[in-house]
This record gives sequence, structure tokens and C-alpha cells, in this order.
Amino acid sequence: MSELLWVLFDLVLAGLTVGLAWVAVATRELRRGVLLFVGLGLLLAVIWARLRAPDLALAEAAIGAGIAGALLIAALRDEIGVSAEPEDGYTASRRLVDLGAIGLLLALSWGLLDAFLLSDGVRLAEGVAERLGESGVINPVTAVLLNFRAYDTLLELAVVFAAVLGVLSVGPARPALEAGSLVLTGLVRWLVPILVVVAGYLLWVGAHAPGGAFQAGAMLAAVAVLLRLGGVAHAGLPGTAATRWLLVLGIGVFVIVGLSVMFADRAFLQYPGDIAGVLILVIEIAATLSIATALALAYLGGRPVGWEADCDSPQHRVNRGAADRGGDA
Amino acid sequence: MLATTIIYGFAGICLFVLGLRGVLLHTTALARILALNVCGAGVFLLFVVLAYRGAGMTPDPVPHALVLTGIVVAVSATALALALARRLREIDHD
Repeated sequence: MSELLWVLFDLVLAGLTVGLAWVAVATRELRRGVLLFVGLGLLLAVIWARLRAPDLALAEAAIGAGIAGALLIAALRDEIGVSAEPEDGYTASRRLVDLGAIGLLLALSWGLLDAFLLSDGVRLAEGVAERLGESGVINPVTAVLLNFRAYDTLLELAVVFAAVLGVLSVGPARPALEAGSLVLTGLVRWLVPILVVVAGYLLWVGAHAPGGAFQAGAMLAAVAVLLRLGGVAHAGLPGTAATRWLLVLGIGVFVIVGLSVMFADRAFLQYPGDIAGVLILVIEIAATLSIATALALAYLGGRPVGWEADCDSPQHRVNRGAADRGGDA
Repeated sequence: MLATTIIYGFAGICLFVLGLRGVLLHTTALARILALNVCGAGVFLLFVVLAYRGAGMTPDPVPHALVLTGIVVAVSATALALALARRLREIDHD
């Protein structure tokens, strides 16, 4: 009986998710689409919990729904007035895309069934369970992220860094919001310290329970978003130089740790078993700060105030001055 | 083969296809970026379904780690795409 109830629960949850995604993508009203997307992220977090992936549930709620939602809502503000899409005259291509989508749906479903029927493939889970004792942590997801597949995570930090460099290079940050109402400011004042403590807890607990650098970094980034909404222009980020250091701290510490274990006749990032736990914690602290800084800068949407002065070399300024004079003449 | 895997697996495929359709049909940058995120969510769902082994079993942590990485990369890519879209609009307005 309880099994049947679970199937019913799964059907309702999966149906809701697909329905929500449908409306979020199909709607012509951008605002509605973005808000439904945040709801979709929260439903996905429930699905991750249902499928026994609590690390992902935390990350999805904080990053997938939280930070991505904040980014999209901030972008929505720029789109005011352009919300409605032009009525489309491309009925033929729309039909073609629909047909293709149905074909793809059928093909992928067939592929999925096929994959599950032949599911006796190689699984990496056994290997992880076998060597978990040597990883320095008890949480298998953290072990995979920061030990067994540490390369992936290092490169991921590099990808995040590159994306933020892109964001910084396309233009200045959005103008700051005015200081919020008394209620909002009060709420921010209450929430910020709590979130900072939660971030620290998630970072520490990641070694043996769901949590870790990504979830903690997202929590700290949420602090920045809240501060910004409360009218704090710099969003809690330190000065220009310190922010730049924070941005590269994660990759820097990761590479330094990876290289220094090579002095002990080990491969790059192959931590010695007895101090692996400490090394992972050091890397995670650095990664948390970098991810938080990166996501906060991403939310600002460009170079914060004060970065311009350093970015412009004297040569630049001369060129721009010449261009201005040319414009006047 | 579990009912749970079939249900969520199919839901993942639906999200992927819906997202892809949105990317192809929308004309506004923001709507496309949103649809691309739905598309990615479908891929994540498939990964997590593949890791799931049933109620009493420990799931495979490797796909979980990959999806965790994917979520963070997706949000960074979204941020970059949004920044580029904003810059494009500024250029158009000039």
C-alpha cells in the first residue's frame, strides 16, 4: 500500500514539475516565466531529496532557485517594456520545431528504457564506497568532488572564474537600489548574521553530511544579494584589491595544495591519506569564499563602482580623451 | 526497474525537450536563457535518476557530484549570458 502511495507521490511531483516547466517556458510574460522558474527550482529540490540526493537539494534550493532566480529577476528589471514578444508569423517553423520535439521525446524515452533494461553497466559507486576511508571525509559526494575527481572541481572553479571575468568585462554594475523600507532593512539586519552562520555550518558539515563549499558559497552570495536589496551598494564585498584576491583564492589554494603534494612523490592533487581531511577543508574554505565572491559579482552584473579607475590605464584615458575631442569637433 | 526511475526519467526528458523547444522558438534573450536553464534541469534530473537505486539503497555519488558541479556552472553561464544580453541591449539603444 505504502508503495502505491509513493508512486502516486512521484506521479504528482513529476507532473507538477513538468507542468510548471511548460508554463514557465511557454508564457509570453517574462515576469511570470521567471517566477515560475524559481518555483520550478524549489520543486526540483524536493525531487533531489526524494531521489536521495540531499547535497543536490541544498545546492538547488540555494543556487538553482535562489541565486539564478535573483539573477533573472534582476535582469527582468532591465527588460521592463519589452516583455511582450512579437506575434509570430512563423507557424510553419513552429510546427516543424514541435514535430522535432515530439520526435526527440520519443527517441530519448526509447533510449532511457533501453539504458535501464541494460542497466548492468559499470558503476563507479562501488569504487567510491571501497576507497571512501582513504578520502579524508565521510560524505561520499564531498569525497568525489574534492578528492577522487578533484580535477573536475578545480576546472569548474576555473569556469566560474572565467564566467565572472566575462561579466566584469562587459560593463559596469547595475546602479544600486535605494535604501529599502524599515521592514526590509530590519529583515536584512536579522537575516545576514544567520545566513553567515549557516554558511559556516554547511562548509564544516560537508565532510560528513550533506553540505560543502558550493552550498556554503551560495549562502554567502545570498547575503550579498540581501544586502544589495537592502540598499547597500557594495553588497558586502570588500575593496577592489581584496575582492580580486578573494576571486582567485579558490583556484590558487587548490593549485598550491595540488602542487605541494607532488613534493611527497604523489601525483597532482593526490592527497596523502592521513592529512587529506585537513587539505580538503582548507580547499573548501578558499573555494567557498571564491564562489561567494563570484556569485555576488555576477549578481551586481558588472564592474562594481571603483573598479573603473583601476581598469583604465593611462593609455586608455588618453585614447578616450582623444575620441571625446574628436566627437566635439 | 523501478517505477520511480521511469516517472522521473520521463519527467527529465520532458524538461529537456520543453527547454529545447523554448530555446528555439523564443525571440527574447531572457526567455531563451530561461528555457536553456529548464533544458539543463532536465539533464540534471536524468543524471540523478541514473544514480538512484531504490528506497533502501545508497545512491551513486559520482553523478551527484557531476550534477552539483553542473548546477554551479549553469548559474555562472546564466550570469554571463544575462550580462551579454544586457550589453547587447545597451548597444541597440545607443
